Amino acid sequence: MGVEQKLGNLGVVTTKLEDLINWGRYRSMYPLLMGIACCAIEMMAAQAPHYDMSRFGMELMRASPRQSDLMIVAGRVTRKMAPVLRQLYEQMPDPKWVLSMGDCASCSGVFNNYALMQGVDEVVPVDVYVAGCPPRPEALIHGVVTLHEMVRGEKLTDWA
Amino acid sequence: MTDKNEGLKEIVEALQARFDADVYEFRSETSLIVNLEQIVDVCQALRDDFDFEILAEQSAVDYWPQQSPRFHVVYQIRSLKRNLIIGLRVPVEGDAPTVPTIEGVYRNANWFEREIWDMFGITIDGHSDQRRILMPHDWEGHPLRKDYPLGYEEVQFTFNFDEINDRKPYAKE
Amino acid sequence: MSTEISRTSLNLEPAALDEIKHLISNRAIEGETVLLNMGPQHPATHGVLRLLLELDGEVVVNCIPDIGFLHTGIEKNMEAKTYVQAEVMTDRLDYLNNIGNNLVYCLAIEKLTDLDVPPRAQAIRVILTELQRISSHLVWLGTHCLDLGAMSLFLYTFREREFILDIFEMVSGQRMMTTYLRPGGLWRDIPVEFEGTVREFTGLLPRRIQQYDDLLEKNRLFLERTKGIGVLSTEDALSWGVTGPMARASGVDHDLRKSIPYSGYELYEFIVPTHTDGDTYARYLVRMEELRQSLRIVEQALDKLPLGPVRSNNRKYVPPPRSELSTSMEAVIHHFKLWTEGFSPPKGSVYVGVESPRGELGCFIESDGGPKPYRVHMRTPSFTNLQILPLLAKGHLVADLIALIGTVDIVLGDIDR
Repeated sequence: MGVEQKLGNLGVVTTKLEDLINWGRYRSMYPLLMGIACCAIEMMAAQAPHYDMSRFGMELMRASPRQSDLMIVAGRVTRKMAPVLRQLYEQMPDPKWVLSMGDCASCSGVFNNYALMQGVDEVVPVDVYVAGCPPRPEALIHGVVTLHEMVRGEKLTDWA
Repeated sequence: MTDKNEGLKEIVEALQARFDADVYEFRSETSLIVNLEQIVDVCQALRDDFDFEILAEQSAVDYWPQQSPRFHVVYQIRSLKRNLIIGLRVPVEGDAPTVPTIEGVYRNANWFEREIWDMFGITIDGHSDQRRILMPHDWEGHPLRKDYPLGYEEVQFTFNFDEINDRKPYAKE
Repeated sequence: MSTEISRTSLNLEPAALDEIKHLISNRAIEGETVLLNMGPQHPATHGVLRLLLELDGEVVVNCIPDIGFLHTGIEKNMEAKTYVQAEVMTDRLDYLNNIGNNLVYCLAIEKLTDLDVPPRAQAIRVILTELQRISSHLVWLGTHCLDLGAMSLFLYTFREREFILDIFEMVSGQRMMTTYLRPGGLWRDIPVEFEGTVREFTGLLPRRIQQYDDLLEKNRLFLERTKGIGVLSTEDALSWGVTGPMARASGVDHDLRKSIPYSGYELYEFIVPTHTDGDTYARYLVRMEELRQSLRIVEQALDKLPLGPVRSNNRKYVPPPRSELSTSMEAVIHHFKLWTEGFSPPKGSVYVGVESPRGELGCFIESDGGPKPYRVHMRTPSFTNLQILPLLAKGHLVADLIALIGTVDIVLGDIDR
């Protein structure tokens, strides 16, 4: 927001409400702690020291969907798991976003068969897709940063 | 390798004297083809008399459209004491066959047999907990049967992108 | 075929309750004890495991595992692919032991087709499998301690795991799903930097393992949450078919690397750690010792690493090297046949078992003489080991159940396939 330049020594800031809300939203995103398959291990690696997602303010994973606003679908979603996933999504408070991590979640990857949902976008609306099998932690971080950019650009008139 | 198979040969001969079982050998592996009625007794004999302590694997093979036998239930039983492994095969006929449970001999057969019921639709007689294990409990059909379709969905390419995109059931908010 | 989402699999409807009536006690039906659903989304279930718990206060009366939330249909999908294509699927079974899965599948195909693997390829296979075992045990240690409240261990073990993943990336180009081992050998030879990097790692890890020990072995919280929790007797371990570190901690001295050596494990000196207590702490000790033994194997294999080809010369099953394609017509024909149609092993069935970090990982392949496997069944260690969870959990507190899930070291991809 460039608050620092405007701040001066008055202690007063003028900015647009839209910017303020978006700043609040993208700077404190709580992802849902839900690992499904292989990608969950890379998601854990992204949290771990080498990649350290907390550089982007994403270190606080919440185990309860009621406290989180970003769902990272990390892995293949089966037809047995799909209703659970939808229920978790419905339990998350608005505004909420979904990041589909990996090929299996995005389009079921190498598995084209009876057991898997062919893309998790049939169950929950997806905002960002991350490719890779599994995506490297850098790719996940890139996906998260892309989502941040998206949230920053949201217009007040679209949802208020 | 040779003395290992010697040890197995004696066991196979001893078993053949007690049960009518055919021997099938392939790549240094020995399998016995056992009758449906005798499988529990064979397992019991293997465990109690020949020290085969661990049921290593149990699964089935579907030979559809062949009807007799349509399925083979396959067992691999391992002896730690003698360092041997023996295979058992039970041919079963028809579309809705039944095999007796060996849960009383090897307790970990419980989940293996549930999986065989779930995936192949082979009823396990006398099983303590015959429910679906991997598929949802209201699922229809048994996926690993050869007459069950793979469930392939058409892949999106540039030339058919819009066509598939239009009928894809995207989720709403 | 029902493609609709099954809505009832989660909620405990009367029909669903009827199905499990024989597994819970009468007190639950009368309302004296509580039925509690744990999972499939739960931070301590290591994936999408669902447990239905019957609780009397905080004590677990019954525990009913419900699996299948990650059933991927891998076995069915492999039947629709050629032998080489199907190998890609095996990586995704047990996603902490990718190279071990490749290994068992390749060994099964090699047994089916009677292929010989050159000694250099076998030694590299051993090095990579043991590195994978170390990395898998590191993840186990990190997540197990995370569940028990020791968060810092997770950060340390993942730091070391990155090193191993970098080695995998160096040899194969991928961090996790390498598909580096192929039927008849390897995809290609290892790069020059490989040996130096692995030696750097083997020099570094013993100090780090000591560090983990220092953090945990005198930690009263850790000891109280692991000692005497979930005792598994030798008889139970055998009759439930438990394998791997779980069985070894209960006094079953069984390791397939020793008893039926494959890939040249008979060339290396190592001991199989066992323990007689059979509790969670014993399993911790066994796995920590396995880390050290794996390092020993890696070092010996590096010392003895022979020179030579890394692929079998049998052109019926193994594609020719790229350099031959421009000079030999025969090589082009083999290459074309292998990559379009695939190879056709003789009719028959084989079963091969290897020692994965979790226990006996087996592969049963039945061939009908065609280019696609007729039936593949993966005998996965977590599937059998998880069966004893109800036995272990009975009578313990819910908090101990978390420790028990961690100590069984399950990987859901391995269970559900």
